[in-house]
Amino acid sequence: MQPKTLYDKHIDSHTICKLDDQGHVLLYIDRQVANEYTSPQAFSGLREAGRRVWRPSATLGVVDHVNPTSAVRTAEVADAGGARQVSYFGENCEEFGIELFDILDERQGIEHVVAPEQGYILPGMVIAAGDSHTTTYGALGAFGFGIGTSEIEHLLATQTLVYKKLKSMRVLVRGALGTQVTSKDVIMALIGQIGASGASGYAIEFQGPVIDAMSVEARMTICNMAVEAGARGAFMAPDDKVFAYLAGKPRAPRGALWDAALARWGELYSDPDAHFDLEVELDADTLKPMVTWGTSPDQVQSIDGQIPDPEAEPDLLKRMDMQRALRYMDLQPGTPFSEIPISHAFIGSCTNSRIEDLRMAATILRGRRVASGVRAIIVPGSTMVKRQAEAEGLAQQFIDAGFEWRQSGCSMCLAMNDDVLEPGDRCASSTNRNFEGRQGAGSRTHLMSPVMVVAAAITGKLTDVRDLFAEQED
Amino acid sequence: METFTKVQGVAAPMLAANIDTDVIMPKQFLKGIDRSGLDRGLFHDLRFLADGSLNPDFILNQPPWSKAQFLVVGPNFGCGSSREHAVWGLRQLGIRALIGSSFAGIFFDNCKRNGVLLIELDKEQVSAIGRTVSQASGAELEVDLPAQQIRLADGTSVQFAIDGLRKEALISGLDAIGSTLTLSEAIEQFEAGHFAANPWLE
Repeated sequence: MQPKTLYDKHIDSHTICKLDDQGHVLLYIDRQVANEYTSPQAFSGLREAGRRVWRPSATLGVVDHVNPTSAVRTAEVADAGGARQVSYFGENCEEFGIELFDILDERQGIEHVVAPEQGYILPGMVIAAGDSHTTTYGALGAFGFGIGTSEIEHLLATQTLVYKKLKSMRVLVRGALGTQVTSKDVIMALIGQIGASGASGYAIEFQGPVIDAMSVEARMTICNMAVEAGARGAFMAPDDKVFAYLAGKPRAPRGALWDAALARWGELYSDPDAHFDLEVELDADTLKPMVTWGTSPDQVQSIDGQIPDPEAEPDLLKRMDMQRALRYMDLQPGTPFSEIPISHAFIGSCTNSRIEDLRMAATILRGRRVASGVRAIIVPGSTMVKRQAEAEGLAQQFIDAGFEWRQSGCSMCLAMNDDVLEPGDRCASSTNRNFEGRQGAGSRTHLMSPVMVVAAAITGKLTDVRDLFAEQED
Repeated sequence: METFTKVQGVAAPMLAANIDTDVIMPKQFLKGIDRSGLDRGLFHDLRFLADGSLNPDFILNQPPWSKAQFLVVGPNFGCGSSREHAVWGLRQLGIRALIGSSFAGIFFDNCKRNGVLLIELDKEQVSAIGRTVSQASGAELEVDLPAQQIRLADGTSVQFAIDGLRKEALISGLDAIGSTLTLSEAIEQFEAGHFAANPWLE
């Protein structure tokens, strides 16, 4: 039998039928997660055509993009448009029989944090959802990918998508990560290495000792941000860590079903001789904390570097992109990163807002305080993460250090709610996109890991967290 | 969905790499529950100055490109967020097709579902077309989908490839959901087998 990749196994086991001889298939989708801002027109479309939802139990609704994150939780959304989206989402979920985690639900949070923590995402599943970071689910051995609103409507109506198989890429992460070098740095370095469209048209499978050694939550960060390299899906073979993570989660199978599932999940790996269309390697031994300097996630370097000089770039179009990015970011070539002051620090988003992120971030504090003139904000990824962090005393440590401790939501990752930066603000951010205007029109974003955000918050400028950590050890 | 066969119009060059959907449709225009009003949001922070007036430096504010029906774009156009609002906005401003060397995956699918034709060519071909349409005298072109051909003002033409399913959907304005629902029986059969083999998914 032809050896198969993990991706082959997922797609083959979910193919209902071929649709042509050019690679299009009708693909069965096990589950989807829906949010209030990309779904309204899909539900309206169903209603206008008089169509039903094919399998209501296969969709979970979560309010996350527009809700406020103010310190005290209320169901009020001050913005009229956002409020209408939340109420319409509620109407739609009720009418079509879809389960909803509304703003006040104790399970509410960012969809890609909530779905895994509920055990809603299981190995071997194929998941599609109206959000590009659906790739996150790859960390559980599920194949997840983002879709637009028309496809959401198609999925709701048929539980399928018309799909064309991607090419396959294996990313082998060798070596071992150094102190304070995280999975965020791995994925940022990969994006820098292959570019913002380096994985366009590919499904990535991550392998290697660094991945094996990582926690499930750390792996989620990698799969989440693989879309910033253009990947339409990124995953890892599920292992004992994944099974341990899922055991006992509210929606995970139990008893005999759990045993049957485990037996099946053990088959989810790429066969030893399976062919990948592209092989990429990344050396973790030499990896340092990473930080972006531009307006695309591939405009990234290690923190000990300096702002690059566009004049040194031979490719004219790339040079112009660099110049445009530096103009927007108001940065001069040759400036060391460690001399760039920040006005804001933000820990949140589906990339880095889980309990382990907060635990690691808190280890950097050790009684230090946020620098004067810096507004530092933490938005936990879910209400459950928030409560856990409060129970462990992490929240109080952040509050004592001068951080704002907020309710969960997407918040300042894309600034669709009222957490918006002003023009000229410069933010050290644990999020996933440094696009122009992403955190507010005219605002400037430097992407980095949560521990790097804490380091920047403490010193008031971009800072190598390893230097702060070394001080602690002295 | 509006059909696409042969369209003649002005093409505007926007050749920067990685133009993302946040730039194409900023967040403040994502608050609707319908598709209306997105023409105003398209490239908003580039098209308009802080006081709301048109930015004269932006290509789509300059004749003849202010009437553009096509964009000639840089690599990885449409990357980032899945927001289909970006494509609805393009469509509402009158954009019918985009010519580029590569497009982001979700954006690609969103265009397909809204009758916007994406034409993928080599980088060199895109650069050449970009140069031609950057001259006001060369801005007009014709896209002939059945013939899979772009005809430029200078008399040259460029062939492009497109898979049959997407071509047919664009030409006929296919109802994708209706088409899939004709396969309902196959979906039901698949589900029965899938849940039998993976009972914890039921």
